[in-house]
Amino acid sequence: MTAPLVVFFALAALAVIGAVSLIIQKHPIHSALSLIVVMVSLAGLYLLMGAEFVAAVQIIVYGGAIMVLFVFVIMLLNAGVEEHTSISKMAGAPGLLLVVALAGFVSASIARSTASVQTASQSGTMSSTKEISGMIFKDFVYPFELTSFLILVAILGATVLAQREKS
Amino acid sequence: MNSFLAANAELLITIVKIVLLLFIVLTVNAYLTWFERKVVAHIQSRWGPHRVGPHGLLQPLADGVKFLFKEDPTPAGVDRFVYFLAPLLALSLALTSIALIPFGPDPIRLFGHDIYLGIAPPDVNIGILALFAITAMGVYGVALAGWSSNNKYSLFGGLRSSAQMVSYELALTMSVVGVLLMAGSFNLRDIINAQAHHPQWGIFGWNVWPQILGFFCFFVAAIAETNRVPFDLPEAEQELVGGFHTEYASFKFAMFFIAEYTSMITVSCLCTIMFFGGWLSPFPASWTFTHYLPSAILIPFGLWVIWDGIRYETIFGHVILPGVGTVIAALGAVFVFLPGVNEFIQGPFWLLSKILVFLFVYVWMRGTLPRFRYDQLMSFGWKLLLPVSIVNVILTSFAILAKMEWGGK
Repeated sequence: MTAPLVVFFALAALAVIGAVSLIIQKHPIHSALSLIVVMVSLAGLYLLMGAEFVAAVQIIVYGGAIMVLFVFVIMLLNAGVEEHTSISKMAGAPGLLLVVALAGFVSASIARSTASVQTASQSGTMSSTKEISGMIFKDFVYPFELTSFLILVAILGATVLAQREKS
Repeated sequence: MNSFLAANAELLITIVKIVLLLFIVLTVNAYLTWFERKVVAHIQSRWGPHRVGPHGLLQPLADGVKFLFKEDPTPAGVDRFVYFLAPLLALSLALTSIALIPFGPDPIRLFGHDIYLGIAPPDVNIGILALFAITAMGVYGVALAGWSSNNKYSLFGGLRSSAQMVSYELALTMSVVGVLLMAGSFNLRDIINAQAHHPQWGIFGWNVWPQILGFFCFFVAAIAETNRVPFDLPEAEQELVGGFHTEYASFKFAMFFIAEYTSMITVSCLCTIMFFGGWLSPFPASWTFTHYLPSAILIPFGLWVIWDGIRYETIFGHVILPGVGTVIAALGAVFVFLPGVNEFIQGPFWLLSKILVFLFVYVWMRGTLPRFRYDQLMSFGWKLLLPVSIVNVILTSFAILAKMEWGGK
């Protein structure tokens, strides 16, 4: 086993453990912490693939800004331990079916693909910030601007909703 | 054994560098507390620590021993895992960030390996971004400490700090965009080298002149990020007992303390690198006589330490201080007589001097400025710093565009 492969499996395991722990933790803060673990190990995976810029942005935006807001809100509301209800009937049988279907789909596509895990590391192709900015601001400029417009509308909507009604 | 050494040389060098840097940073941290207490004391017409050792020089040692041997009670009702995780997170992230700082331009050639000063390899493409990523994660140490302590004052401290850090991180990141545009790279080495385009300009080639707005925003936001006066609301003693670290004692408290001082050092390094030319000399390149400046400072300082030390009757004063003075003076003499070594230390010398100046400014502000009120803090960050840093980005972009269009290039 080569060193990158070992790192890959370690990070992947960490991400999966974090994701499972996110669901089974009882306290919201612990769930948020698990989510941070997932985000950071995903950033590690990007780094392994040679996408340095994406990795750094992943940590800054998701690990830093967004998760800090999550933690902040949980702390502000001082949310306590949650009661876990027994598994809902809707999620029971159809959920299991979906799990099996998804696992089958993923394993089938892995089995069909010819690329091995080692080739995932493509150093240098996506790392260049120049190429990413070229894609964002030239090739996909309209979808990108539309998305930012959408986010702006969402922010404005939230502000309007949060405003006190005029008496 | 030799083949093992040869095969893993890079790894071994990195481990040695990590151990060395850890030792240096922790020592500097300890003496930074001494420096801070001395400077603040003199600002307030006091003597500061002066009992333990000459000039209170052994005070950090005494403090360290005290931190190690104090009782370390865990308060009732804390969230144990998070309570222990928080100081660990704060300290490890603060120490990681300093690994990305390059401390000198040239590598040392040793056993056939180029050894660069600084732990990260010289070609880290995302240097500044990685630093911001680590800074962004640093919020958790403080926020989680406040939350897990099961104490309302701690919780307030944690809440304040996360709100403050989220607000000022925006301005911090936006304010360096101008510098990045001018350098065209995220690499800290490239950013420094971009300031050396005109070797004869010396101090006037640095980024601080065209980026004065960016520097203002960066410095203010950086102080807020490190929770220092006048932005130390998360640990405002008069309102919150001790803020987020109220419930921490002994070494866990020391870990927060070390983390804070380490991030002060990192921010000073960043200020120096981004805006003040890093390891570049402030003098024009043709003034080669300025290369003797390190010796001209070290030799008199070493002699003064010897003269000062022998007046004391304690062992530390009588023996160790003159010894240290001799070493300092000898270093200065070595730099005079070995031109190769002298050339090599020019970069680190200027970098460290500038870092020291910034650390002094930090302490100076602590001795001078009163604390902000919370609403002032928020409106200052959102209504002044952020717009100014955005204006700075726009101005810089237009200036670069104009230079590309009409400039000689």
